[in-house]
Amino acid sequence: MSQFSILLSSDWKPVVGLEIHAQIKSASKLFSGAGTDFYTPTNRSVALLDAALPGTLPVLNRRCVEAGVLTALALSCDLNQVSTFDRKHYFYSDLPAGYQITQQRSPLARNGLLKFVVYKGGKDSRLYDKTSYIHQIQLEQDSGRSLHDDERSLVDLNRAGLPLMELVFKPDLSDGEEAASLVKELCLILTRLGTCSCKMEEGALRVDANVSVHKEGMPLGVRTEIKNIGSIRAVANAIDFEISRQIQSLNKGKQIVNETRSWDAQSSKTVPMRDKEEKQDYRYMPEPNLPPLHLRVNSSQAMDANMVDVLNLQNKLPELPNELRQRFQNDFNLSRLQAVRLVNEDVLLSQFVEAMEEKKDRNAIILTDLLLNDVLAHLNERGNECFKVKDLGEITDMMHSGKINKSIARNILKELSVSSALTAEQIVKERGWTLITDSKEIESFCHLAMKEYDRVVKKHQAGKANGWKTLESKAWQISESRADMELVKEWFRKHLPYKGK
Amino acid sequence: MLSSSIKSVAKQLKSSTLSASELCEATLKQIDRTKSLNAFITVTHDTAREHAKQSDERLSRGESKGELDGIPVAIKDNFCTQGILTSCGSHMLSNFIPPYDATVVSRLRDAGTVMVGKCNLDEFAMGSGTVDSIYGPTQNVWGSDLPYEVAGSTAKHKSVSKKAYSKSQQEDWHIAGGSSGGSAVAVATGACFAALGSDTGGSTRNPAAYCGVVGLKPSYGLVSRHGLIPLVNSLDVPGIIARSVEDVTLILNTIAGPDVNDSTTVKRPYEAISLKDTINTRALRIGIPKEYHCSAMSTEVQDIWKRTASIFEESGATVTEVSLPHTSSSIACYSVLNQCEVASNMARYDGLRFGIRGNETRSTEQLFAETRSKGFNEVVRSRILSGNYFLLKQNYEKYFVKALKVRRLIKEDFDAVWNNNIDLLLTPTTLSQAPRFQEFTQHDNQTQCVTQDYCTQPANMAGIPAITLPISLSQEGLPLSLQLMAPMFKERTLLEAALWLQQAISFPKLKLQI
Repeated sequence: MSQFSILLSSDWKPVVGLEIHAQIKSASKLFSGAGTDFYTPTNRSVALLDAALPGTLPVLNRRCVEAGVLTALALSCDLNQVSTFDRKHYFYSDLPAGYQITQQRSPLARNGLLKFVVYKGGKDSRLYDKTSYIHQIQLEQDSGRSLHDDERSLVDLNRAGLPLMELVFKPDLSDGEEAASLVKELCLILTRLGTCSCKMEEGALRVDANVSVHKEGMPLGVRTEIKNIGSIRAVANAIDFEISRQIQSLNKGKQIVNETRSWDAQSSKTVPMRDKEEKQDYRYMPEPNLPPLHLRVNSSQAMDANMVDVLNLQNKLPELPNELRQRFQNDFNLSRLQAVRLVNEDVLLSQFVEAMEEKKDRNAIILTDLLLNDVLAHLNERGNECFKVKDLGEITDMMHSGKINKSIARNILKELSVSSALTAEQIVKERGWTLITDSKEIESFCHLAMKEYDRVVKKHQAGKANGWKTLESKAWQISESRADMELVKEWFRKHLPYKGK
Repeated sequence: MLSSSIKSVAKQLKSSTLSASELCEATLKQIDRTKSLNAFITVTHDTAREHAKQSDERLSRGESKGELDGIPVAIKDNFCTQGILTSCGSHMLSNFIPPYDATVVSRLRDAGTVMVGKCNLDEFAMGSGTVDSIYGPTQNVWGSDLPYEVAGSTAKHKSVSKKAYSKSQQEDWHIAGGSSGGSAVAVATGACFAALGSDTGGSTRNPAAYCGVVGLKPSYGLVSRHGLIPLVNSLDVPGIIARSVEDVTLILNTIAGPDVNDSTTVKRPYEAISLKDTINTRALRIGIPKEYHCSAMSTEVQDIWKRTASIFEESGATVTEVSLPHTSSSIACYSVLNQCEVASNMARYDGLRFGIRGNETRSTEQLFAETRSKGFNEVVRSRILSGNYFLLKQNYEKYFVKALKVRRLIKEDFDAVWNNNIDLLLTPTTLSQAPRFQEFTQHDNQTQCVTQDYCTQPANMAGIPAITLPISLSQEGLPLSLQLMAPMFKERTLLEAALWLQQAISFPKLKLQI
């Protein structure tokens, strides 16, 4: 019974580690000249090697190595001066050669790290920094795709031989949200590097998660592996489901079985996979047809035409998301949250950068607000529609100078989203949408408001209830949202003081 | 004509005293007459005639592609040939028509050669006798029931007419050696002027030696393996079989050099070798590795080895005994590496994309199993089984890694010899003359290979070039051959010394009386 009482307490500590397969963005496959376009008809992007025709030999795609190196550099990995390729054997109908060429013994890179921000909005919002360590990055080929129905199994080899980087992370995450944030950050980095499209819906980035739970101070628990999780949200949901499933099982006195599970998005559950590969011995063997891959990692090494020059690639590294966030906070006084949200949104980020480059003294905070609130709303609603940077800059500047307010800004955006015939400034001019600051006009709005809300005014004057807010918003309404509210407020405070408490 | 050198035939073709088509027809006729030896799996009549016609057109326009334009060649049936059956002597690939040419095949084609056919071999080149092919064994022409004369020989051998043989004798012919036995017999019978073989442990040199022709195994990385259906990727090289060192050199010059499709070829451009007619033998230092003496070696082979060493010595060369201490471990190490790579390379034969396919529909695994047990012979299956055993996680260190270490020691043995100022090594190619079929097939494939490859496979382990030359005839009138080995990429030294030796000994020519 004492065992059960231990299990019943709820101080379980989840341990999560990710293995991520990222398809390297390249025109041709890892070892053959076949194309990589996702939309190619079935079995049309297949070189002789990809179908494992006898006598064909792999030829390493230099571009893929460079992408791998660039990625490894961005993740602060140690690059192996010499790495090698291995054959991993198993029989499956979509694995034409009967083995996958991978880097098991001496991978491209080791010991990296990924710093990311765990951010979640909504009611259980959180925002903190986290680091996950990388065990290794290896280059390998993808397999083909099997399609089954009741009567037949068909194989599509378009995917066979596509270049992948497998990133193996150490198990240093503690829940689904952290894992999702890691994947999000990785996507930001890889798309910025241009080494992976990260289109999870096309399978360009696939996540496997190892999950276990244990008690503080106790050895790690038995882990399960959730395979091929297909979206960032699913990463969070699958892992959190699996953690609670394991805790519940253990609390019931059951044991966790070391198994492979898959995420069923429909039922929001992880389910055991039909175990096609029980306990496999992959019979690894060095790939004899590929010479070792040599990298030039320091300037004392002579450059050889067959080598990939790491030093040269180092200079090509763009500014990475974490550096961007830091810079935005420092240079533009954005808050951490603003910086995080801005960098998370690819389209907004590039608009921000462009707008700030166009006019250095532009008000970054107003611009960021505009982007994160209004522009983002439009983006989410319309999918891909995108405003011109010039217009966004003009709106920001008009807001900054007090020419327009937020509400007008919104109207301009609405207008722009329908037609781009006019610029933001032209719209304001044409519609006469500038903020009304003329004291006579302001006064007349206020008078009208008082007239309409006669009873509010009376209570206010009697000192019973403060009517400023009601009156101000009425005046705002009457001005058709164009009154400069600072002036309206000022007018009421001067002409209708409140004497109550 | 069919037994002359490429150079002299090329001259005739150039001077129009002979057309490529005539030469092609003569060759095809010869193939037909020697059909009983079973050197060819496929005779490519139409392709050959088409190639010859194109040669003639070029020659008549004075646009010859060089000395090989119009020269009939044959290809071992484990090199892919576009649109032409490439069976590897296996049921598994008995319907395999490759959609591409091996690099060596296309280079021969670009030089204007005429491909007359695809030659027999042991299934997937696993063997040393060309007896394990689904197309039946290949017979050696020497000692065969085809009537022939041995020109310029003082040997007592007389051609024997077919009738003189009793039935049991007919079945007791001599093997061609292997696995490139078909290629060697094709060259020896004048069915072509040169043929491609492949050499993993001696598969080119062994049959060349038994058939009395010249066989070259180039340095690993000098000649592209793209399109050669692999046995052991890390040991395989395309080999060349021809009737003289000069002819072998012509072919080497055509097929060697970097290939973007084979990452293991050396990147520096190949420099064609033009052989000097005379070499300074006084500057030659020849090593005789003592470990190559073994109990199974026939006295006849030992004799010619000694005699040839003396020929070198008498010409002023320095001949010294050297040691390659790990020689005796080489064959075991070779077996492990061979079987591991075989297990891996054969994994692709699942019947889904090419080759034969079983009828099982219960499950994919059942289909694989049926296809593979139907498609492969017992030799292939047993190598796959043991290879997979060696590669198991718990055995990997014990077998595969250890074999790699031994391989390194063997390579270092050779390095030490070369560093000790030795230019070439002289050894036998085989331990005896060509065995008789019945004698040979008493042993299993493994035992056969261990014996047959004893002198040849160390060169594969070290990657170095080696050439076999026929030296003299045995008592029974069969060829006895020796091998010269040279350091990595020293093909020039190797071929020049071989040419000198060829001239010094003038091995008798076989002339078929058909």
